[in-house]
Amino acid sequence: MDSFLSLFEQYDVAAAFWVNIQLTFWAAIWSLLLGTLLALFRISPIASLQWFGATYVNIFRNTPLTIIIAFGVLALFGQLSVSLSSDFNLNFFRLAILGLSLYHAAFVCEAIRSGVNTVPLGQAEAARAIGLSFLPAARLVILPQAFRGAIAPLGNVLIALTKNSTVAAAGSVAESAGLMKTMIEFRSDMVIPIFFTFAFGFVLIVIPIGLLTTWASKKLAVSR
Amino acid sequence: MSAQQVLFDAPGPKAKRNILIGNIVGVLFIVGLLAWLITALAGQGQLTAAKWTPFLETRTWQFFLLPGLWDTLRAAGVAIVTSVVLGLLLGIGRLSHFLPIRWLAGVIVEFFRAVPVLLMMIFLWLAIGAASIMRPQDIPFIAVVTALTLYNGSVIAELVRSGVEGLPKGQREAGMAIGMTRGQSLRSIEVPQALTAMLPALVSQFVVILKDSALGYIITYTELLQNARRLGVGEGNLLQALLIAAVIFIIINFALSSLANRLSKLLSFRTAGPARKDPEQKVAAAVPAG
Repeated sequence: MDSFLSLFEQYDVAAAFWVNIQLTFWAAIWSLLLGTLLALFRISPIASLQWFGATYVNIFRNTPLTIIIAFGVLALFGQLSVSLSSDFNLNFFRLAILGLSLYHAAFVCEAIRSGVNTVPLGQAEAARAIGLSFLPAARLVILPQAFRGAIAPLGNVLIALTKNSTVAAAGSVAESAGLMKTMIEFRSDMVIPIFFTFAFGFVLIVIPIGLLTTWASKKLAVSR
Repeated sequence: MSAQQVLFDAPGPKAKRNILIGNIVGVLFIVGLLAWLITALAGQGQLTAAKWTPFLETRTWQFFLLPGLWDTLRAAGVAIVTSVVLGLLLGIGRLSHFLPIRWLAGVIVEFFRAVPVLLMMIFLWLAIGAASIMRPQDIPFIAVVTALTLYNGSVIAELVRSGVEGLPKGQREAGMAIGMTRGQSLRSIEVPQALTAMLPALVSQFVVILKDSALGYIITYTELLQNARRLGVGEGNLLQALLIAAVIFIIINFALSSLANRLSKLLSFRTAGPARKDPEQKVAAAVPAG
């Protein structure tokens, strides 16, 4: 037990989890913005934007996240010297956020579209009947209801994003999966306790998100 | 609501003009984005023939991309089969009337759904390595397959459970009426029918398995991404090599996704009729890719 507790003095587990939470937080905001824009494109009357939205979703949804993250470090930074910050570590951190956001935006877009599907036909017809054109109808009538119907699928995307933030390890970001690897390598006598420490860390983060979004999706559901 | 048709009226002359203007702006935006990408890449000398010709040589495909693709498909294929098996076992366990089994299956499913696959992969890779119970070169493969199986098996278990719970309860009652136990009724009546309803979701899960097999890159498994990186380091064209690897993944996954869509259309049409189908046929169809 003492040697188990000494692990926490030697390695800063909480700091590693904090990196995952930060990655999740920023990627959630960017992917929500980009995903909403893409969903708007996909339900708009303009064919070229519909095509763009559908193509984006099909490309990013079918690419492994690991490739996208590795691409950020190896191709964008390594080969093209794209730099998002002069600070070495902050640059990798931001590239990982970029990759996570681009990937999850495709899933956010699909979640919002499934939310649009929960809005009854009459709502759109009523919006048209009072003379609203596409953008006002989307902004005032459709999207507010669609977001409330999309909370459950958006919550699933957020849970996936939280877990996927570990893939940033492929992008040279020092986060929990990388720390777990280091700890196991140096303390191979404690393999199983170390794994369960990290695993339960994620269980503790993920399960409240699930409970919260389930509660919110019921609480905020449009009563029909 | 089928969004596309309802969000806007059949356009009149003014709306048609607005849509035309919107289309022109949209096309300009897309073309501008592409042009910016191409000039940025060309400006860095990424579009020169030297960077791309390696992909026309047979040795590139023979020694890097095809072996990598084979390892990716091998891991994904094995993981698909084992996940379906584990998913059926855990799914039936969660529906059991025997409380300890239901609890055990529930804890396993909830735990493995909440833990990132990458953590399990790294753990298994290092733990099996430390235990030195198998040949070192096999360890990454085993770790990838096991981690994918534990996670996706748990997801499939939930699919099975929701599929069975979505069945009309007359099915279970009919099983009981002819004297079947709970297990018999699940195995021969409920789960086979639930498989039909969950088949499209199951095929979508295969896409997840295939994509997540790329996580093996991090634990030195020689799959497609790993080999593309080795190729790119050797030839000095990492960007191009990773793009080609991504395109290969996209093509395979896109085909699988289209299959899932086709299945869901086909089956929604079929399940409108009586819910009796040949179970053998469905189980075989549930394990195609690999």
